[in-house]
Amino acid sequence: MPLIFRRLAAIPPLVVLIASLAFFLVRVAPGGPFDRERKSASPEIERQLMQRYHLDEPLWQQYGRFLAGVFRGDLGPSLKYRNHSVTDIIAQGLPVSLTLGLLAFGFALGIGIPTGFCTAVWRGQWADWGISLLVLLAICVPGFVIGPVLVLVFGLKLGWFPVGLWGSPLHAVLPMVTLGLYFAGRIARLMREGMMQTLQSEFIQTARAKGLSELRVLLKHAFRPAVLPVLSYSGPMLADLLTGSFVVENIFQVPGIGVFLVNSSINRDYPMTIGLVMLYAILLLGLNMVVDFSYGLLDPRTKSSQ
Amino acid sequence: MFPLRIVSVAFPLSARCRIRAQLPAPQFCKVFACLAMILCLAGCRARDRATLVILNGSEPETIDPQVCTGQPDGRVASALFEGLTRFNAQSGQAEPGIAHSWEISNDGKIYTFHLRTNAGWSTGDRIRAEDVVYSWRRAINPATGVDYVGQFFYVKNGEFLHTNRSAPDYTLLGVRALDPLTVEVELENPTPFFVDLCAFHTLAVVPRQTIEPLGNEADQWIRSKVLPCSGAYQLDDWRLNDRIRLRRNPHYWDAANVRAETIDVLPTESPTATLNLYFSGQADFIVDNRSIPTELNDILRTRPDFHSFTFLAVYFMRLNVTRPPFNDARVRRAIAMVIQKRRLVERITRMGEPVATALVPPGCGGYEPPEGLPFNPEEAKRLLAAAGFPGGRGFPVIQYMFNAGGGGGSRLHEQIGVEMQRMLREHLGIQLQMQPVEWKSYLNEQSHTNYDLCRSSWIGDYNDPNTFLDLFLSTSLNNRTGWSNPEYDRLIKQGNATLDQHKRFALLQQAETILVRDELPIIPIYYYRGLFAFDTNRLGGIYGNLTDHHPFGAIYRKDSADTLRR
Amino acid sequence: MNQDSPTPRAENTLEIARPLPVEGTSASPRTPNRQAWLRFRRNRPAALAGIFLALIIAATLLIPVISRFDSDHGSDIQFGPPGWQHWLGTDVHGRDLWVRTFSGARISLLVGSVGAGVSLLIGVLWGMVAGYLGGRLDSVMMRFVDVLYSMPGIVFVIVLITTLEGHLARLFEFISPRLGNSARMVFLFAGLGAVSWLTMARIVRGQVISLRNRPFVIASRALGADTRRILLHHILPNISGVVIVYLTLTIPSIILYESFLSYLGLGIRPPQASLGTLIAEGASQINSVRVYWWLLAGPGMLLASTLLALNFVGDGLRDALDPKGSGER
Repeated sequence: MPLIFRRLAAIPPLVVLIASLAFFLVRVAPGGPFDRERKSASPEIERQLMQRYHLDEPLWQQYGRFLAGVFRGDLGPSLKYRNHSVTDIIAQGLPVSLTLGLLAFGFALGIGIPTGFCTAVWRGQWADWGISLLVLLAICVPGFVIGPVLVLVFGLKLGWFPVGLWGSPLHAVLPMVTLGLYFAGRIARLMREGMMQTLQSEFIQTARAKGLSELRVLLKHAFRPAVLPVLSYSGPMLADLLTGSFVVENIFQVPGIGVFLVNSSINRDYPMTIGLVMLYAILLLGLNMVVDFSYGLLDPRTKSSQ
Repeated sequence: MFPLRIVSVAFPLSARCRIRAQLPAPQFCKVFACLAMILCLAGCRARDRATLVILNGSEPETIDPQVCTGQPDGRVASALFEGLTRFNAQSGQAEPGIAHSWEISNDGKIYTFHLRTNAGWSTGDRIRAEDVVYSWRRAINPATGVDYVGQFFYVKNGEFLHTNRSAPDYTLLGVRALDPLTVEVELENPTPFFVDLCAFHTLAVVPRQTIEPLGNEADQWIRSKVLPCSGAYQLDDWRLNDRIRLRRNPHYWDAANVRAETIDVLPTESPTATLNLYFSGQADFIVDNRSIPTELNDILRTRPDFHSFTFLAVYFMRLNVTRPPFNDARVRRAIAMVIQKRRLVERITRMGEPVATALVPPGCGGYEPPEGLPFNPEEAKRLLAAAGFPGGRGFPVIQYMFNAGGGGGSRLHEQIGVEMQRMLREHLGIQLQMQPVEWKSYLNEQSHTNYDLCRSSWIGDYNDPNTFLDLFLSTSLNNRTGWSNPEYDRLIKQGNATLDQHKRFALLQQAETILVRDELPIIPIYYYRGLFAFDTNRLGGIYGNLTDHHPFGAIYRKDSADTLRR
Repeated sequence: MNQDSPTPRAENTLEIARPLPVEGTSASPRTPNRQAWLRFRRNRPAALAGIFLALIIAATLLIPVISRFDSDHGSDIQFGPPGWQHWLGTDVHGRDLWVRTFSGARISLLVGSVGAGVSLLIGVLWGMVAGYLGGRLDSVMMRFVDVLYSMPGIVFVIVLITTLEGHLARLFEFISPRLGNSARMVFLFAGLGAVSWLTMARIVRGQVISLRNRPFVIASRALGADTRRILLHHILPNISGVVIVYLTLTIPSIILYESFLSYLGLGIRPPQASLGTLIAEGASQINSVRVYWWLLAGPGMLLASTLLALNFVGDGLRDALDPKGSGER
């Protein structure tokens, strides 16, 4: 499919574009990576540091250096954690964030899709009301509330799970639930909506009129098109999940990259911010591409247009 | 893998849809689940517990002992690298380190250190006098980027070499290796606290054999596969935001007294997470006093396993003296006299901190600070009226700048601000507005003196009043208030050149009086109290001390290591 | 389920509470808008939730004004538990949480509705146009969304605030000294608005793609309807459900994002608080030693009940606007 190749080919230039925009954006922000609460004894130190990391060059020259680095696959050292390079840090944290993100994604889908499906089918009954209420709670209770509560109950009181750190499947449970619950609620809402809409379409009426069993109608005919809103949402959602979450990593002391995504901006760690933005952009563009192509698979009616 | 099972028994279903069967899991769920399993195996490597697990506050930026500045950084760096002296765990004072003894010349300017014959790098090589000379020369080189380089300015030619930009000759530095086991140090002036200074990580010995091949300014040397360490521990692993694994250095001169085989140093940003890890037994020791939620201070410090201690640090407000209204000393004095510091300490910080009216904590190196301004709203009103703002009329709205978003501390700054807001309004009729900014903006505005009033704090580096008083010299880059006073500069300079400690302190007191009674570019609020947590039945070798130094090498378990809880 | 008509009395109160939003002057009962309105009113949970929401909005406006406590002024009762004096207790500075909760809710609702508004206006339009026209334009528009989505949002807000806040604050102070503090709010809105519409655009586009080749769209295209008409009259009603549902999801996430920005020092200025920052403050008190539960309880319940009501209203609107769903069921 040439279309796929066209989309794929568009990703690298877009990533470079995004990285370039980020490059200039971070430099407009006040302060620099070497501003400290305790100033060094002489201004010479800061000058030397700026020189070592080429921050004293004109911006366009730095930009050229940065582009050259990107093409070599070298993102440079982190200016905050100077003993580590950006690629090192990402290589260390990304597997953790990917694991946690995928688990949370699975949890969110595993809870959200059946819930949304059922509430749409049972629409208006008390089961719908009850479940919807729980779903809404999941949406409006933020992770920074759920997380500490889970730790308190399941970590400290019951002692079922470790309260933090990373290292075994048990460690992943509480962060996964905290991270996934919020998205599960959103998925359930979107799924319910998609399902209700689909159940009203003419082809469902047709299918029912043909005398197919209700179960068959629901699963074979209604499910696929109904998943459409969830699918649109999964692209950005998965990109968010896979790059870690500041809140969850903070609560559970998980060594992912979500914390860096926020802290590097706060610390003006330019290479780190840009590196993470690029990673995020690659994930987002890739996932959205996958999503766009799977529209056709789920709902054949979307296809005939391109 | 994710059976979309819909149980229909419990709910009355509508007539139309009765679902009993199990739904087939969509294909992507299966694929996805497999992927998650694989990643789970790859991402979660089994975690083994070290002999000791220490919660160390924020992640160290660098653990290069000469470059690092943060307290958490310094703790790790000091465990890895030692200098001529080291800090005693109990007193926090210097005691023999790599050097077993030293002589001081009569004029107090020449120190002769004698190195131990059994001081070794963790690789087994001997630590020699040349290593000390190399390390200090490296630190003085501006290209290395040592922020604490000022500590070398007491050494002969230190400042000259550091600031001289035309290819300086570093052999001029006042440190020489007389023979492989003898180091001679020549100072600019007699410096009574020099031996204490030598225990500081900036003056530690670093491995030339590793650094030189990589280039003097390479940041990466610290993460070399084989890293020779001169301290009690060597570096096993450093995973950012995860842990630093330290292993006992068998060639350390005092290895016999280092009893914990491995130490995990965990970074913790969130105070609640810190407490959770400690209470669940996943960590043994909270060393960083700022990683404990301040709201709980009053209740925690009464527990047997939480220990509070005084250390050399002060919380204060900076006032921007370069622009109105704070360019008038009377206004600054008035503000200082309406802040009820006792109330802040009791309601907000809750650690029983002593309130501060002066900058230098009492007892710092034997020095007693002068009495600063007391709480006196009547006098404050009079001063404000004299400055042209009777009853606060015509006084501009002032901004209180503080850094938000730095974990536990940030809420403290906000809370102190809110209380101050009330005090200024009630006593002087002054409107104080909150200006929360993120960390780097805070530093940036501060160094450009672009604020009205901002919070600040200072932790003493060594046990001598100079570590606080030199902040407000007109040449100091840490002044950041725009204040300069030639009399203050002169007194400090004269004091530090005085050998007789008694006379010296008198001069310094005179200087500090100008700072905290007359001029007030800063308003001292309180002196810190540290709080750390460990079970005294299980850990030993940890003591509270003035300099807040708790060398890891001295810590040991009282219970046997194999009965450790997982 | 809502076939049974509500009691006439309930209908009357509603009539008084809210005049009918009738477009133009012709208030014929047949216009789709009026029909939708009637359907909405007949949906009892939705109508009740609507009243509840209106009450909350009124409370956020009134309570901070009429209460004898000031939301920002402290007292000596630190961490006082809920009681007769302070209904929801007091915080670390002895401030009354009942008042703070409602004045915080005012800010949060404002922030949430601005985010929702931007999301509705830009997001829906962007997504519809991209999805319907398709082809190269679609690619360009959606890649634009991706680029914006990838930008580091925090840096964006930092830059916005630090480069422009001073100027705007001066401008505001020039207009009225009391406005000086609200410059930050404008940037908060700008920062939140900039990110709130992106996902909406993607979701709308996805729906439009599946609709654009449906028979009814093809038919009206064949009848010569122009793009604008098709989008507004045929596509929009059919995606309104998803739009409303996602809108009700956007509001909580915007409210929470605001509290995150505030935590970083980029949001609203203390001593002002929003619901999000109050909840964050309460959540930081969850520990095993001592829990000041009332710091979390009041703001948390208000947020939850508001969002709950919002969702019921959303569901009601969705049912009412649904071009097909009216009679069925």
